[in-house]
Amino acid sequence: MKPDNKNKNLINEFTPFLERPDKVWFLKISVLFLFIAIGFYAFYVQVKKGHIVTGMRDHVVWGIYIINFIFFLGLSYAGALISCIFHLARIQWGKPLMRMLEMTATISLVIAPVYILLCIGRVDRLHHLLIYARIQSPITWDVIAIVTDLFFCFVFLYFTHIRDFARLRDLPEIKVSRWRKRLYRFLALGYRNTPEQAKYLNQALDIMAAIIIPTSIIAYSLLAWLFGMNLRPGWHSSIFAPYFVLTAVYSGIALLIVIMWIYRKVYNLEKYITIEHFYYLGFVLIILDLFYGYFTFSEYITEWYNSQKTPTLLLYKFFNFSEYGGLFIFSNFIAAFLPLIIIGIPWFRSVKSITITSALVIVALWIKRYLIIVPTLETPYIPIQDNRAEWVHYSATWVEWALTLAGIATFILFFIFSSKIAPIIPVSAMEDKTKKIKIFYHKKN
Amino acid sequence: MAKKRKKSKSSRRKFIRTGITLGALTVTGSGIVSSLAKEEEQDSEKIKLLNQDGKLVEVASSKIKLYHKPAVSKKARKGISGRKFVMVIDLSKCGNARKCIDSCQKGHNLATDQEWIRVHLMKDNQQSDPYWFPKPCYHCDNPPCVKVCPVGATFKRSDNCVLIDVNRCIGCKFCISACPYSVRIFNWKDRYSYREKDTDYSPETSVPGQVGTVGKCDFCPDKSRNGELPYCISSCPMGALYFGDINEDTITNGDETLRFKKTIEERAGYRYLEELGTEPNVYYLPPVDRMYPFERGLKDLTEEQKARYNNVISKLQSDNETGQ
Repeated sequence: MKPDNKNKNLINEFTPFLERPDKVWFLKISVLFLFIAIGFYAFYVQVKKGHIVTGMRDHVVWGIYIINFIFFLGLSYAGALISCIFHLARIQWGKPLMRMLEMTATISLVIAPVYILLCIGRVDRLHHLLIYARIQSPITWDVIAIVTDLFFCFVFLYFTHIRDFARLRDLPEIKVSRWRKRLYRFLALGYRNTPEQAKYLNQALDIMAAIIIPTSIIAYSLLAWLFGMNLRPGWHSSIFAPYFVLTAVYSGIALLIVIMWIYRKVYNLEKYITIEHFYYLGFVLIILDLFYGYFTFSEYITEWYNSQKTPTLLLYKFFNFSEYGGLFIFSNFIAAFLPLIIIGIPWFRSVKSITITSALVIVALWIKRYLIIVPTLETPYIPIQDNRAEWVHYSATWVEWALTLAGIATFILFFIFSSKIAPIIPVSAMEDKTKKIKIFYHKKN
Repeated sequence: MAKKRKKSKSSRRKFIRTGITLGALTVTGSGIVSSLAKEEEQDSEKIKLLNQDGKLVEVASSKIKLYHKPAVSKKARKGISGRKFVMVIDLSKCGNARKCIDSCQKGHNLATDQEWIRVHLMKDNQQSDPYWFPKPCYHCDNPPCVKVCPVGATFKRSDNCVLIDVNRCIGCKFCISACPYSVRIFNWKDRYSYREKDTDYSPETSVPGQVGTVGKCDFCPDKSRNGELPYCISSCPMGALYFGDINEDTITNGDETLRFKKTIEERAGYRYLEELGTEPNVYYLPPVDRMYPFERGLKDLTEEQKARYNNVISKLQSDNETGQ
């Protein structure tokens, strides 16, 4: 099964992105490294002086670190979930987006656990999690879930890359350094696209995809239970796990649209990432937006209706503009209504508006996590009576913001690096023009 | 320079302290001595001790008080056998003198902003009067904090104490967010008092603390071992705090000793937020027949300390303004 000449052009279109980068690329990289360096300095300060340099205190013990943790983990599980659904359902238009989704899944799954480590007072005792592990603790559940998912995601990501590595290995004219060629040869694992090899690879991909879908749902539910299992008004709710999973998928689709837009702009991929892609995903965004609004409404209305003391106090904070009113309205308006208006009404709908809406949704969902964590911790059963204002109200310090920005910079940096190693569009999958849906496990009649 | 002097001073103090403890331990630490002590009461035998200046002195052994070392490592996880510690707080007596907080901080080497026992000002509803509400750790029988600990650094003992092993704690703070009573606090920064290398750490004494770990009220089982009351109990000027043993059915505030069951029965003792199912071991006697108005508790406070009760005080003022 040799690719014909016409298809050969496809990979050739992408090879320039893999070859020696220009000056702008290096500039981008160094800016990102600068942010990461500042993050490292902030981390040093935190280790040196203790957690006192953060905004976290005795009542609000978890701050934006844990919010970033939830946020990145959500992106990761969403990426894994959506790409596996695309794969298993053989959605043809989803093919060019597969790699972006898998990269999102893996990269954010690498970054997220770093934030939980920043929350931990004694990082030097991390091995205690293994030697004294207690299975009763939701933290142990999370450790198991993240490690498992990390493994599956890496395997799946790698499997989807094998064909492309083989293609790159067989390109004599590609201008990359020798170690890169050797790397491609090594990573391609001797894949020659023989019918037998192709069959096994396809089977492996199907099995991995089928495993990852439930794994990512379970893993994100476990994270939700980390909060839901606490005896705290605002957290102790059975809606938490499905709510978290839905929010994750929602933020994942929004991020996918933004990444699509960036690569389309930078690499001029209009041919592969079309307006239809934006529209299709925009409609998915609307559906998720409606679900999200439904879940949100359902959560708050049940808390409000019976007016229990502490939950009511918490709700008052959400509607009080001197507390969290502004953030609450902003976050919920954007996450529950904006896509409906901008994408739902044809007059507003365009590639640009869909992208801007998605970017805003990402921000709104980050704020949503903030509203889940911080106000709840500020509203325990016994009202906080402390004479130090900073111990009652949480406000993140420069250390926490620096490390947040460093995380985002790392995310972008990994994306840039990975799209330097392999094309951002799964080329071999695209070359495979067969429109027919392949089912590998069909019974022979 | 100043630092250096401080250091040398502290090392001298350390040496003296080591001398005393070593001396006391060598003579009294074990059961043999206790049997000796009994004999000596009769013939008042003298025992040689090393004193603070490093000199050997002879002391009548009947004068020596037996000192039980607090349990360490695995032993500390078991608890004192046959005991079921319990605390009863009489809300009608508490006047926010804050002596319990001070003595607890002194006893556990805490800074002034680390409160293992807090005094809240409570007002249950618009009609009821405000009252002072001391809040130690409740040492629950079904502790949410123990449930969520990923490394077993916090544990429940047979004598009702919920203790923390700071040598094992990884500082994930999950227990702090899991505690519905907001009892636990985190050691946010390194303190001078954490570096006392000469004190053997025990979860029973909780001293010295460690940066990046969690601390809380420990019911002072090390004091109980020596037949003493916890710091907060013995320092309360009103005798509002009682400590005792459910198995013995007695509680005491140092002055009077009461029957535990009878007290709870007759005075309608209750546990705070009973409906959460955490089964606390701290009981409250309702604030009936108050000994004095709650305002007395605000009198000796600094403006800063007063500010912490603003949420209740401002409500009171607004209620007054509306005419009631």
